[in-house]
Amino acid sequence: MKNEWPLWEVFIRGQHGLAHRHVGSLHAPDAETAILNARDVYTRRNEGVSIWVVEAKHIAASSPSEKGPLFEPSESKIYRHPTFFDIPEEVGHM
Amino acid sequence: MAEVDKDKLYQFLLRMGDNTLILGHRVSEWCGHSPVLEEDIALANTALDLIGQTQMWLGYAGEVQGEGKSADDLAFLRDAWDFRNVLLVELPNGDFGRTMMRQFLYDAWSSIMLGHLQKSTDERIAAIAAKASKEAAYHVERSSGTVVGLGDGTEESHNRMQAALDYLWPYVGEMFASDEIDLAMAAAGIAPDPANLRDEYDALVGRVLDEATLAIPAGNYVHKGGRDGRMHTEHLGHLLCEMQWLQRAYPGCEW
Amino acid sequence: MYAQMVKTASNRVKTREEMSPEEQHFQDKIDNDVKIEPKDWMPEDYRRTLIRQIGQHAHSEVVGQLPEGNWITRAPTLERKAILLAKVQDEAGHGLYLYSAAETLGVSRDELIELLHEGKMKYSSIFNYPTLNWADIGAVGWLVDGAAIINQVALQRTSYGPYSRAMIRICKEESFHARQGYSAIMKMAFGTPEQKKMAQDAVNRLWFPALMMFGPSDKDSVHSEQSMAWKIKVKTNDELRQQFVDQTVPQIDYLGLERPDPTIKWNEERGHYDFAMPDWDEFFNVIKGNGPCNADRMENRRKAWEDGAWVREGLLEHARKKAARKVAAE
Ligand SMILES: [Fe+2]
Ligand SMILES: [Fe+2]
Repeated sequence: MKNEWPLWEVFIRGQHGLAHRHVGSLHAPDAETAILNARDVYTRRNEGVSIWVVEAKHIAASSPSEKGPLFEPSESKIYRHPTFFDIPEEVGHM
Repeated sequence: MAEVDKDKLYQFLLRMGDNTLILGHRVSEWCGHSPVLEEDIALANTALDLIGQTQMWLGYAGEVQGEGKSADDLAFLRDAWDFRNVLLVELPNGDFGRTMMRQFLYDAWSSIMLGHLQKSTDERIAAIAAKASKEAAYHVERSSGTVVGLGDGTEESHNRMQAALDYLWPYVGEMFASDEIDLAMAAAGIAPDPANLRDEYDALVGRVLDEATLAIPAGNYVHKGGRDGRMHTEHLGHLLCEMQWLQRAYPGCEW
Repeated sequence: MYAQMVKTASNRVKTREEMSPEEQHFQDKIDNDVKIEPKDWMPEDYRRTLIRQIGQHAHSEVVGQLPEGNWITRAPTLERKAILLAKVQDEAGHGLYLYSAAETLGVSRDELIELLHEGKMKYSSIFNYPTLNWADIGAVGWLVDGAAIINQVALQRTSYGPYSRAMIRICKEESFHARQGYSAIMKMAFGTPEQKKMAQDAVNRLWFPALMMFGPSDKDSVHSEQSMAWKIKVKTNDELRQQFVDQTVPQIDYLGLERPDPTIKWNEERGHYDFAMPDWDEFFNVIKGNGPCNADRMENRRKAWEDGAWVREGLLEHARKKAARKVAAE
């Protein structure tokens, strides 16, 4: 889609001094707006005090766990971004 | 706090609370219909802040009035002539550009006004303003960014933003038109005289519109009648029909 | 559910002998509960099925804003208005998280949205039913989100990492949806006779559509079998539906409302409630586009998208200009 806003990965540092953590992604026309959008989308419940955004295409990721790929993904299947890195496994109670 | 006429204070609080009530309602109309999900979520945040501010302003207004009315009573059970919001906020949303322009023109006023109100001699007002001004500072950052982006965007977005500004500009002056209520508030140190905020406002708005490559229209006619209740637009009645319908149709219920 | 009747590309589950070494290794990971991540090798069918399922789920969240959004401007108190708006806003967020998860599979959000608008992708049948009185807002949170939560809690264990993580985040946010709904309908059920009438009307209208959310019985569906083997579906439609009924019937009784299905009866032997199935003809009609609100919902979504095109383009163009000016200044 030629006019699609770029994809940004969002990293947030919470109240407790831990490092910035990947929380998800969003679309925005530029970095400034991406930060504002991240504030509105990912800190609605006081989750963070500091936000980083980086355009997804600038993230370099380590190789997947399997080596020696017999089946290379075709060009049409490029994975656009390695999103949702680590979110703790605890599950909100219902 | 200097002695101040209770009814005037009540009117002042209605002006503050009705602005946020009516604008919050208008912004909430966008939920589910915005140009992109990120904007939908952001607009909902703005509306939520405004509803929260309404609860504080109208809650205090009810106390000052002293007839045992809650913020909900004031929001849902007054008729149009008792509303004290500026006309600007009751205007229909129009396209997204008009909504964001209206938001910016309001946010710029509100961020300046709330900044002054933090120094109010009325502690309750100072406390409400302290909370609300943090929200307003974010709102104006966001809406000014959008106004700049769309003003200085494509030809179409530029034209739409200029049309929005042309339509809305005549409603700006009402925010700065002071009357005897404002003078009483100023004398008691409760609130600034709005007329004195105009320079600060023009500087802020001028800078943003400049960056947005938008031109303030030439005429200086000012539409008013909202903040003194003399003459609202036709739009307010329709808004109230919708907003107040359940409370009116089923009076006295708990919800 | 929010993703009902997702078709898998293949028409039967492969035996181990038929699998290539990659497929065997892939299946082993799934069987050992090792998550599949975006860059890992995966069968093309798995990828395509996931795009369909996650996309359908995302569309459901976004179209799902409309029936509840229908009442935001008519909410009866400031607090109810704020709660409802925050709730519907969460659903927009859920859509956003899920589109993001789908994007890791090589499809963009705008592409998925266009597919929806062209009628090539679906969303949950439930959002084609109207919200007609204020109690519907309570009933939707309680019954519809309640049903969705049952499915989504199960899907937290799904095999695809980004989908699973989106589900975990969504489930955390869902915690207040069902509760705000139940609290709203409690006020109605315990209120004036008119309010109680609204509550009963809402439950009567929404009960069977809520049961439809889990999809038809999947006893014979090869698609379900493959999806279960891949752990992109974790429990059967019937299991989830039973769980929903068992959890919800006592809640209806507590409200003092009549059960919307007179055949509901506790079955001592099974340890579950017996209940009537919804009208599946109606369900297939709704899926085909003949529900009470299909046309309106799609018209609303398309209008929002088309009306917003100049905004998206304008802001993008501004970002380009800004970047160009920055380069020129350096
Ligand atoms: Fe949701
Ligand atoms: Fe929900």
